[in-house]
Amino acid sequence: MLAEKYPLETQNILAKYPPDQKRSAVMPLLYLAQRESGYVTKAAMQDIAALCEMSVTEVASIVGFYSLYYDKPAGKYRVQVCTDLPCALRGADEFLSKLCENLGIKVGETTPDGLVTVEAVMCLAGCDKAPMFQTQSSEGITYHENQTIESALEVIDAWRQQEKQA
Amino acid sequence: MTEHLLLRHRDIPNIDQLDIYQQHGGFDAFRKAVTTMQPDAVIDLVKASGLRGRGGAGFPTGMKWAFTDKKNWPHYVVCNADESEPGTFKDREIMERNPFQFLEGVMITAYAVQANLAYVYLRGEFWQIASQLDRQIAELEAAGILGDKLFGADYSLRLRTHLGAGAYICGEETAMLESIEGKLGQPRLRPPFPPSFGLFGKPTVVNNVETLTNVPLIVARGAEWYRSFGTDKSPGVKVFSLSGCINRPGNYELPLGATFRELIVGRGLGVPFGHKIKAIMPAGASSSLIVATDEALNTPMDYESVPKVGAQLGSASVIVIDDSVDIRWLLDKTLHFFKHESCGKCTPCREGTYWMSHLAERIASDHAAQAEVDLLYSVASQIKGKCLCALGEFSIEAVLSGIERFKEDFVS
Repeated sequence: MLAEKYPLETQNILAKYPPDQKRSAVMPLLYLAQRESGYVTKAAMQDIAALCEMSVTEVASIVGFYSLYYDKPAGKYRVQVCTDLPCALRGADEFLSKLCENLGIKVGETTPDGLVTVEAVMCLAGCDKAPMFQTQSSEGITYHENQTIESALEVIDAWRQQEKQA
Repeated sequence: MTEHLLLRHRDIPNIDQLDIYQQHGGFDAFRKAVTTMQPDAVIDLVKASGLRGRGGAGFPTGMKWAFTDKKNWPHYVVCNADESEPGTFKDREIMERNPFQFLEGVMITAYAVQANLAYVYLRGEFWQIASQLDRQIAELEAAGILGDKLFGADYSLRLRTHLGAGAYICGEETAMLESIEGKLGQPRLRPPFPPSFGLFGKPTVVNNVETLTNVPLIVARGAEWYRSFGTDKSPGVKVFSLSGCINRPGNYELPLGATFRELIVGRGLGVPFGHKIKAIMPAGASSSLIVATDEALNTPMDYESVPKVGAQLGSASVIVIDDSVDIRWLLDKTLHFFKHESCGKCTPCREGTYWMSHLAERIASDHAAQAEVDLLYSVASQIKGKCLCALGEFSIEAVLSGIERFKEDFVS
């Protein structure tokens, strides 16, 4: 159970909203649930539904509506490259395709070792520092800006080294 | 401009530290408001300053606050930190680098409308900024600047952050309120407007980050001082986000009414690789395309002048397009964005962005007949004025202006 596993976090999240507005806690609770496995499990959705006094279907619809929630597992690190207009004008499309080529995968796919999923995403408010991407993992979201293929591959290599040591 | 008013971190190192911010007068304005001013006097002051909403609409800020229904309590303040318009990255810099001035603005606003609880709604990607703001809010509570019975007065205030999760539509104020309520981020039918029926059904003021960051200086230095910047109808300064085909992209703080040329050539140092400037999008992807003539470049960037060259100032996210760019490709890009971000609630936007995106993709790939360009134009024209919120309306701006003003790009 989410509330038993993370009692303090759950309590702090619920305290952010008026006591009669439990439903407001659904989004932060989904982030909490996603922390461990990178996606929201059915069981977690049931826990959250109970905590927020809403139906499981309603929780699932929130997961479906918002881009940063996932209901399926993917790579440990999601590399999300912005390819919107301002970034594209600074070479984001070429950056994305070369990155995928180097990793031997297509956009949306995961490397065979399960470490990296590469995705094209909408504007991340880093337009002046393109090409850029964010990484989403259990540690949260991190921005990587003014990137080249070399610098991006270095980031990914560092993760690989980290994995080997773990 | 001798000093930055909003990007003050560029003049004052470490202003993101509470003690440094306080050494430079930080929270004096909030203390002054709470201990010496009636809430209505704060509203009148902001009205007198002529401050207008920096999120895009340019609505007079003080007037919005004055609409808050005083017969219905409690009141809430929600700060719009959802910054998701392609080409916009100003609020991010303000919150990252000058966070206390921003938070002080939220706090003065809350006092002005007598809200005891305010939320900062950040886009989910601003996860690190939200964690930082949480720490800074805790610091303010520990310092007695936030909390109960502030400065011995009968006023209490709490601030909370709320993270979105990747949905452009949540920048629309009523969709944002729905999102905080734990629902799908879909806009509400208006009226009623948030100052009478907002968060949890209570009167709510929703303002953009940059708008609120102006407020402490207005309270500290006065309306007349503020009006010494900018133009008569668009007073003050603005952070312009400059991106696209430009040598020096970035945020530039200039008085409202500075010209496109001052920004693009003066600050951004023009377009790179010997190309020529072809078009300007002054309000991000939601913008019409302005043909970059001398007249356009000499146009003042304020809420009144930009419409005269056929666009809006909006959030002042200026995307520069050079002559290597095919407008068909550009439309494919922007429509892909709007198709992805349409919330699906109203039919003209949901279906319209979908079909426009498909048409634009074909047109960009050079496989379309002239009739398909005409069809795209026709679909866009029929979306106009029929959507529940601005997202759908904005999705057609680049389409209509692109086809009208850059005909040569659409001749196959």
